[in-house]
Amino acid sequence: MFGVVKQKMLRLSLTQIRPAVSALRSYSSAAKQMTVREALNSALDEEMSADPKVFLMGEEVGEYQGAYKISKGLLEKYGPERVLDTPITEAGFAGIGVGAAYYGLKPVVEFMTFNFSMQAIDHIINSAAKSNYMSAGQMSVPIVFRGPNGAAAGVGAQHSQCYASWYASCPGLKVLMPYSSEDARGLLKAAIRDPDPVVFLENELLYGESFPVSDEFLDSSFCLPIGKAKIERVGKDVTITAFSKMVGHALKAAEILEKDGIDAEVINLRSIRPLDRSTISASIRKTNRLITVEEGFPQHGVGAEICASVVEESFAYLDAPVERIAGADVPMPYAANLERMAVPQVEDIVRAAKRACYRSEPLAAVA
Amino acid sequence: MANWGRISSRTIGNHIRKRTNQGFIGSTVDINPSSGSSSALNGGRSVSDQNRRYLNPLPWSRATLSWFQRFKSTVAAKQHDSFLSSDSDDDHLSLDFPGGKVSYTCDMNFISESSQARVPCYRVLDDDGELIKDCDFQQVSKEVAVKMYSKMVSLQIMDTIFYEAQRQGRISFYLTSAGEEAINIASAAALTEQDIILPQYREPGVLLWRGFTLQEFADQCFGNKADYGKGRQMPIHYGSKEHNFFTISSPIATQLPQAAGIAYSLKMDNKKACVVSYIGDGGTSEVSTLTISYFICLLQFAHGYPNCFLQGDFHAGLNFAAVMEAPVIFFCRNNGWAISTNVSEQFRSDGIVVKGRAYGIRSIRVDGNDALAVYTAVSAAREMAVNEQRPILIEALTYRVGHHSTSDDSTKYRQLDEIVYWKNARNPVNRFRNWVQSNGWWSEQEETQLRNSVRKQLLEAIQVAEKTEKPPLSDMFTDVYDYPPPNLEEQEKHLRETISRHPTDYSSDIPL
Repeated sequence: MFGVVKQKMLRLSLTQIRPAVSALRSYSSAAKQMTVREALNSALDEEMSADPKVFLMGEEVGEYQGAYKISKGLLEKYGPERVLDTPITEAGFAGIGVGAAYYGLKPVVEFMTFNFSMQAIDHIINSAAKSNYMSAGQMSVPIVFRGPNGAAAGVGAQHSQCYASWYASCPGLKVLMPYSSEDARGLLKAAIRDPDPVVFLENELLYGESFPVSDEFLDSSFCLPIGKAKIERVGKDVTITAFSKMVGHALKAAEILEKDGIDAEVINLRSIRPLDRSTISASIRKTNRLITVEEGFPQHGVGAEICASVVEESFAYLDAPVERIAGADVPMPYAANLERMAVPQVEDIVRAAKRACYRSEPLAAVA
Repeated sequence: MANWGRISSRTIGNHIRKRTNQGFIGSTVDINPSSGSSSALNGGRSVSDQNRRYLNPLPWSRATLSWFQRFKSTVAAKQHDSFLSSDSDDDHLSLDFPGGKVSYTCDMNFISESSQARVPCYRVLDDDGELIKDCDFQQVSKEVAVKMYSKMVSLQIMDTIFYEAQRQGRISFYLTSAGEEAINIASAAALTEQDIILPQYREPGVLLWRGFTLQEFADQCFGNKADYGKGRQMPIHYGSKEHNFFTISSPIATQLPQAAGIAYSLKMDNKKACVVSYIGDGGTSEVSTLTISYFICLLQFAHGYPNCFLQGDFHAGLNFAAVMEAPVIFFCRNNGWAISTNVSEQFRSDGIVVKGRAYGIRSIRVDGNDALAVYTAVSAAREMAVNEQRPILIEALTYRVGHHSTSDDSTKYRQLDEIVYWKNARNPVNRFRNWVQSNGWWSEQEETQLRNSVRKQLLEAIQVAEKTEKPPLSDMFTDVYDYPPPNLEEQEKHLRETISRHPTDYSSDIPL
C-alpha cells in the first residue's frame, strides 16, 4: 500500500514537473545546436554521398575549403572530380554547369556572392530557367546555383545587393532563401533533389549563427518542401512576412511588440518562388494586417509582390494598408553608420507594426 | 642613343626573322605531331624523341599530366625539366615560375602581332571537285558519298523553299545555310550517333543527316501540334533528344561552355563519344551578355562587336575544355560575315585557328567548302577528342551566300557580285557533285530525280504543316517546371474560365 501511495505521489510530482520537462523536451534537442554553415555542409555532404551525379563547383570550393568554408572537407572526401575549383569566369562555369545538367549530372554551382552571378545571368535565365520549356521537356536542368546574397558587413555597393526579386520574377526558376539551420539543410537537400533549376540564396552573416536542431533534422532523409512558408511565431494582431536574415529581425520585433500588447505572427517565407500565397493569405484573414520585410531595394521587390497578391486574394480582410519595409533605395554605402541606415532594423519593423495597429502616427508621418 | 636604337631594331628584326623561320606563329599544325617542329619559346631547340609524347603546339602542355598535378604547381613545373634541355646555341638559361620553367633572354623582343604567313588551309578537292595530287584524305564509300551528296542537295532545296515560304508570309522567320552545305553534312557524316551536337543555328544539315525528316523540320517552322518544341520557339530552333541534337537557343556562343560541361560529363561517365559544338566567326567574340536580336535593325552591328572575349563564353568554353581535358570539338564556321560585320571588323588575329594555341588546344584550318576535307578533318578530330580526351578546334573557311536571315538584306552591306561569285564559282555542292560523278557514282538523271523528289516532298510537308492544328492551350503551361506548381495551375484554370465566359474574344481555331 505504501508502495502504491509512493507511486501515486511520484506520479503526481512527475505530473507537476512534466510541463517543465516537456518544455525542455521541445528544446531538448536544443542540446543539439548547429550553425547554418555546418547545416549547409552536412546537406552537401549527404547529397553527394547519396547520389554520384551530384558535384560541386565554384571559386575556392576545393582546396580553400570554400570561400566561407561551406564546402569544408568535401574535396578531401570526394576528390577533385566532384569538387571543382573553377577559374574566375562566372559565365563560363555557370555555362559548364548547365551543360553538365543538360547531360544529366546534378551540379551545385557556387557563386562567391550572388553579386557576381550577374556575369552569368544569361546562363541562369536563358540556358537554365527556360530550357525545359523551350525544348518541350527534352532538356531538363537539375542544377542548383547557391551562394551568399544580400548585405554582409562593410562590403559596399557591389557586394551587397539582394537578388531575390530578380530571380523570383523568372518562370522556370525556383528561388529558395533559408533563415535557420533547419531551413538551410532541408531546403538545400530539396533543391539538390529537385529536377528544376534552383537559385539558393544564403546569407553570409547567418553562416556563423547557431540554431537548435531536432533529431529528425539530423536524419539524412530530412528534407523540406519547396513552396511552403513556415510560421515562426503564431500571433493574431499583425502578420509580418520576412525571409533570410530579416526573419531574425522580425522575431526580435515581435518580442518587443508583445510587451506593448501586440501579438505579431511572423512568417518565414523560405520559398520566394513559388511563393506560398495560401499561407500568407490565411494569416491575413486572421490578423487583417500585413507588414512585409526584406533587405533588398523596395521597387519591384518581394514585398510588392506579396502586397499585390494579398490585395488580389484577401482585400476585404485588410484593416490597414499593407506596408513594406525594405532597404534604402540607394546602392549600399560603406560607412558603418550609413550602412546601418540603409538596411531595415528591428525598430523599423516595430514602428511599422504599430502603425498598422493604429498605435502611432499615420502613414504619411512615417519616421 | 641613335646607336642603341639601330642595334635594338636590328636585333629585334633578327629575332623575329629567326623565329618565323623556325615556325613560330603561323606554322602548320600537324594532326600527327611527328615532326620535330618547335616554337621559339624553346629557343629553336628540337625536341628529343623520348619527349615527343609531350610534344604539342605548346611545349609545356599538361595533356599527359594527371589531374592532381594542378594542385602542385611547382612540382608540376619540375616535370618539364626533361625537354628543356640545355643544348642551346644561345645564352638562354631557365627560370622557375608558377606555370613551369621558362627560358629567359636578355633581348627585349615583342612577339609579332601576326606571322608573315597565314595558317594554311587544308583542302583535298580543287575548285572543280578534282582530287588534288598526293593529298591526305579519308576515303568514303559510294554509299556514304551518295548519302552525303543527297543530303547536301536536300539542305539546299529545303533552304530555298522555306525561305520562299517566309517571303510568302507562311512562316514568320527563316535562316539559310546557303554556301555551308559541305560543313553541315560532311561534319555530321564523320561523327557517330552517340556524339552530342550543340549547334549555333546554321547547322540544320547535321540534323538532316541524322534522320530528321522534312516534315519534322516543317512542323517546327510552323509551330504546330506535331512540333517537338510544342510551338514554343521561333522557326529554325530545332531540337531532338533522340538525335542527340540539343535544342537551338538564340543567345550566341552560350553553347560553348555548355559543350565543355557536357564533354566533362561524358568523360566522367567514360563514354566513347564526344561533343561537337558549332560557332560562327562572330560568336568567337562573344561576351556572354550579348545576344543577337534578329528583329533589331542590322545597322546596329555596322561598326562591329567589341572584340573583348576575355570574360566571355568563347574564352570560357575553350579555356575550361582545355583545362578539364574534355572531349569536345569546337567547330567554327568562319563564313566572313556576322550579319553585316565583316571579319576584318570582328578580330585582328589570323582568323580563329590561331586562338586554339592561346588555349593550349590543337587546331586546324580547313576549306569549309570542300566536303572531303571537312569529313577527314572531323574524323581525325573525333578520334583525338575521344581517344586522347582533349578538345580540338576546327576553323572551316567558307562564305555565307545567303543573307543572315529573312530579317536581313545583305546587299546593303556587301557587293552583289561577291555573293554571286561565291554562289556559283565556289559552290560546295557543285564541287562535291563533280567528285562523286567522276567516280561514276552519280548521274544527271539521278540529279534531276533527286531534286524533283525533294522539292515535291517539301512542298507537301509545308502544306501538311500549315494545315496541322496549333498546339493546345495546355502546352502553354507545361514544362516550365518538372511538375506545374499551384500558381500556374491556378493561372491556367483562370484563363480557361475567362475563355469560356468570353468565347467571342478568343479565336475558335485554337485548341484547348
